[in-house]
Amino acid sequence: MRKVSKMPILKLQNVGKTYQIDSQKLSVLKGINLQVYKGDFLAIMGPSGSGKSTLMNIIGCLDTPTSGKVIFENRDVSQLSEGELAQIRNRKVGFVFQTFNLIPRTTALANVELPLIYKDIPDKERRVLAKKTLEQFGLKERICHFPNQLSGGEQQRVAIARALVTQPLILLADEPTGNLDSKTGREIIKIFEDLNKAGNTVILVTHDADIAAHAQKIIKIHDGEII
Amino acid sequence: MEKLFETLKLALITLRANKLRSLLTMLGIIIGVSSVILLISIGSGLKTYITGQLQDLGSNSLYVVPGNLELQPGGGGSGGTPGAGAAILKFTLAHYRELTQKGTTLKAIMGYSEHNGTVSYGGRSKTMQVAGVGYQYPEVRNQYPELGTFFNASQQEAAKKVIVLGKTVADDLFPNENPVGKKITLSDNKFTVLGVLEEKGAFGAVDMDNQVFIPFTTAMSTFDVEKIMSFWIEAKENVPINEAKEEVRQILLRTLKKDDFSVLDTASVVSVISQILGVLTIALSGIAAISLIVGGIGIMNIMLVSVTERTREIGLRKAVGATPKIIMIQFLIESMVISVAGGIIGIILGATGALAMRVFIPTGVSWWSVLLAFSVSVIIGVVFGVLPAARAARLNPIQALRYE
Repeated sequence: MRKVSKMPILKLQNVGKTYQIDSQKLSVLKGINLQVYKGDFLAIMGPSGSGKSTLMNIIGCLDTPTSGKVIFENRDVSQLSEGELAQIRNRKVGFVFQTFNLIPRTTALANVELPLIYKDIPDKERRVLAKKTLEQFGLKERICHFPNQLSGGEQQRVAIARALVTQPLILLADEPTGNLDSKTGREIIKIFEDLNKAGNTVILVTHDADIAAHAQKIIKIHDGEII
Repeated sequence: MEKLFETLKLALITLRANKLRSLLTMLGIIIGVSSVILLISIGSGLKTYITGQLQDLGSNSLYVVPGNLELQPGGGGSGGTPGAGAAILKFTLAHYRELTQKGTTLKAIMGYSEHNGTVSYGGRSKTMQVAGVGYQYPEVRNQYPELGTFFNASQQEAAKKVIVLGKTVADDLFPNENPVGKKITLSDNKFTVLGVLEEKGAFGAVDMDNQVFIPFTTAMSTFDVEKIMSFWIEAKENVPINEAKEEVRQILLRTLKKDDFSVLDTASVVSVISQILGVLTIALSGIAAISLIVGGIGIMNIMLVSVTERTREIGLRKAVGATPKIIMIQFLIESMVISVAGGIIGIILGATGALAMRVFIPTGVSWWSVLLAFSVSVIIGVVFGVLPAARAARLNPIQALRYE
């Protein structure tokens, strides 16, 4: 018997994505095969239009492939309904975006609590958990601040706390440093490194080779294929 | 459950963040609900009051009016519109005499007419209702002179120019003197004041003491009418009202055709008036309800704007695990909070207005109208919230997250 740790937590089998634009078919992804193991730190790299965003959306269960299988912990999620996909995202995936995407007029704490609400975690437990996670990222003093009262780096750290508060299987970051100055960007990358050392699985999507260099493994995408 | 509670909290936060916008959106619902509540309570108040007053006139009264009213108590569909046959006057003094002489079940027969007239005395003058009545009026109406006397049968027979004043008229024209025996002018004729009736109070906004009484025979000559407008008949106490009604009909049918007149009793008048008021109330409330639909469209409009504005937020919520269903519920709750809050404010305003109307008529806010208004506003929130909410629920999370 193989050891459990050798089982991939995510497996893409021959995944393809085709868009139908008028009468033309546009293949954005062609036969992608990929295995992600627990504790991996991957960087997906590629120029814009290479299909890396589509790949990220499929890995993050925001999108479904037109062919092939996406297997999350032995479960094929490629044919699930929107509602079922939402639950997978809620429990298994933590997203960090280039533009932070915090909800305005809502405190840092409430932003971090959000995924827990959709997970039906009761009020008190939710608050404790969200507070703890924010403190972990040095935001103890910023708990009751609104997004427009936070710096870019602080906003991104709130977003990371939000992604991590559900203890997801995979942390998925899409150009997380794209809207930050290089010093703050380095701090954020450091956070991802630390998280990976602590055992988290991190997938970084970027076009920046310097940032990708921090990963253990770089996957380069060109014209919808891994090269 | 957790999600629902949080969603409700969120809706309140969102609405509070856009106070003016939320209030303006509610306005349509507020206006609609308050006017429906107000109209329903005015309608039912009027009904209660008028029927109460009419019943106060006694169950032994009959009214003979011109034309065929075909009154059917309880409101059968075949009864023509009351008043549609309004009608050529055909009653004469001969009919009065026949009713008086032959009516074995009848206690008092009065001619009755209403006119507008100006009464003047010593430089003061006043326009009010002039009632042409019979000499039995004090007894029938249970309202007796507090000064002087009412006119008697022979004064009525001779069509004497005598007049009895209501309390308000007497107070206005004769602030400092006893009016009995004075000569006053009514429509270019000199009338002798016989007495002043005791106070009767207001009938709704109408001051019942602001009128004067003259013999109906005198009214015919003074106001130049050849016919008697109507009869007000009091049946004997021990006689069933239908028997008296039938006797009146038989007597009149000797000289008049069936369609020339109608004999009404208090019960049928009450029933017709409640019917008319009921229909009127429903029609007016229906018109007011149109503003509820307009209000609903306003809610739909603002919710569509809100969905567009918050596209990124919706995308993010979906990314972190919100199902289309929960997004749908979130926006439905928001539109319902607007419409229900509008409904509650409308109910409060409408009820306050209705209670303020108590100065004029005894309005009451019925629990069913409140319940109706409340459920209508809930339904409006759902109906007009569905389209924006469904649009939000259907948003593609990838595109929504990229929305600028």
